[in-house]
Amino acid sequence: MNTVLALSQVVIKELYRRKDFYVLFVLTALITLVMGSANFFNDDKIVRYLKELCLLLIWISALFIAVGASARQIPAERENRTIFPLLAKPVTRGQVVAGKFLGCWLACGIALLMFYGFLGAVSISREHEWLVLNYFQALWLQWIFLAIVIALVLWGSIVFTAPSSNATICVVLVIGIWGLGRYLNHVALQEREPLRSVIYTIYFLIPHLEWFDVRDKVMIHGRGLVPWVDCFLATLYGAAYTLLFLFATWLGFRRKALNT
Amino acid sequence: MTAIVDIKDLRVEYRKGALGQGPKVAVDGLNLRVHQGEVFGFLGPNGAGKTTTMNVLLGFVNATSGTACLFGVNVNEPIARQRIGYLPELTYYYKFLTAEELLRFYARVFGIPRAETDKRIDELLKLVELQDARKRPIKSYSKGMQQRVGLAQALINDPDLLILDEPTSGLDPIGRMKVREIIQRLKNKGKTVFFSSHELGEVETVCDRVAILHQGKLVVEGRVDELVAKYQTNLEQVFLKVVGYQPAQV
Repeated sequence: MNTVLALSQVVIKELYRRKDFYVLFVLTALITLVMGSANFFNDDKIVRYLKELCLLLIWISALFIAVGASARQIPAERENRTIFPLLAKPVTRGQVVAGKFLGCWLACGIALLMFYGFLGAVSISREHEWLVLNYFQALWLQWIFLAIVIALVLWGSIVFTAPSSNATICVVLVIGIWGLGRYLNHVALQEREPLRSVIYTIYFLIPHLEWFDVRDKVMIHGRGLVPWVDCFLATLYGAAYTLLFLFATWLGFRRKALNT
Repeated sequence: MTAIVDIKDLRVEYRKGALGQGPKVAVDGLNLRVHQGEVFGFLGPNGAGKTTTMNVLLGFVNATSGTACLFGVNVNEPIARQRIGYLPELTYYYKFLTAEELLRFYARVFGIPRAETDKRIDELLKLVELQDARKRPIKSYSKGMQQRVGLAQALINDPDLLILDEPTSGLDPIGRMKVREIIQRLKNKGKTVFFSSHELGEVETVCDRVAILHQGKLVVEGRVDELVAKYQTNLEQVFLKVVGYQPAQV
C-alpha cells in the first residue's frame, strides 16, 4: 500500500506542477463572474439557471481533468522510460496501475472539493443557505463517476498507442453513455431481432454514468436528497465497474513488453 | 562462494514483425554466475544480448526458457529486486521532481523509514555532489547531473547488488572517474557490481571478472588478469579477437 500511495503522490505532484490544476482557477473565476452577475437581475429563476450552468461547467472541467491526466500516465512512463528504474525496484505492475489510478482519483477529488467549495461559498452569499448534505451527495456521486472514467481511460491507455486518441475516444464514449445510455432500452424496443438483443446487451453492459449525475435532483430543482441506500448502491455499482476496468488494465499491462 | 546472480540455460526470443520470419534469438543458452563481492563486466558488441540479459534480471522481459535468479530468488518475483540497485543506460527520471523528492519517492517504495531516508539522501547527494542542486527540479539538470542523480537513486536502498547499464555513457572524464571511484568504494564494502560497458579500458581497471557475449552466446568468461595473461594483450584486443573482428584493408 505504501508503494501505491507513493506512486499516487507523484501523480498528484505532476498534475499541479504541470499546471493542469490551474484550469481550476480559470474555471473558478468564470463561476465567480457568472454567479456574480445574479446581482443584476435579482431573480430566483436566474440564480437557479446560473447555478445549473456552473454545475455543468464543473462536470465538464472535472471530466476533462480526469481524462487528460489519466490518459497520459502509463504512456508517459513508457515514453520517458521512467518505468524502467521504477520496475527495477520491488514494484509490481499491478501496483503501478493502482498508484496511477489513486493519484488521478485523489487529484480529481481535490479539484471537486475546490469547485464545490467555491460554488457553495458563492451560493451562501446569494441565497443565504448552504445545503451541506446536498452538496456532499452531488460531490460524492460525481467522484464515483470520475473513478469509473479514470479506470476506463487507464485501460484505454494500454489498448491505444497515442494518449490523444485514447483521450478523444474515451471522452466521446463517456459523453455518449452519460447522455444517451439511459435511452438504449427504449431504442431496443423499436428494433427487430437480432439488433434488439444487441442493443439490450449493450444497455446492460455499459456503466450507467447518468445515475451519478444528481445535479437536477439535489442541487437545482428539487431540494431533496437521494435516498442514502441508493447512494450506497450507486457507490458499489461504481466501485464494481472501476475494479473491472482496473483489472483489464492490469491484464493488458502485465503482458506489455517493455523493450529498452 | 555465494552466487548473487545465477543464470542457467537462458534463452530469450523476440517475435519478428513480418509474417514468415522466425523469432529472433537475443540470448541463447547463457549460463552465468556472479559471486558476492565481485565487480563483473558484461561485455559484447551492440546487439549481443547484454541489455536483454539485464532486462531479464530486472524482470522487464520474460525468458523463453531457462532461469535467472538474484540472491537465489527467481527474477519473476518482485522481492528479488529488494536488494538491487539499477542504473539504466539512458537516465530519465520524473523531471518535475527535485533530486531530493525523487530519492524520497524511491526510498518510500523500498519501505525505508523516514529518519533513515533523510540520512541516506544527505549521504548520497554528497556522494554524487548534488547537495547544492537538491531542491532544483531534475529538468534543470545537465546530462552529467542527471546521470549522477541516477546513480544516487540506484544506491538509495544500500543495495547488495548494483546493476549498471553503461554507467559512464555520456559522462566527461571527471564524471567517469567519479563513477569508477564509487564502484571501487562499493567493492571495498563487499557489494557486488554487475555492469555492461563499451569502455574496455575502464572495465580492465575495475572488474574482477568479465563475460563476453556475441550474437547471444557466451564466448569468453574469466578473470581479467587471466584473460590478459592468456591472450598476452589488453582486454580490448582480447575482445576484438573473440568476437572475430577483422580490420578493414585500406
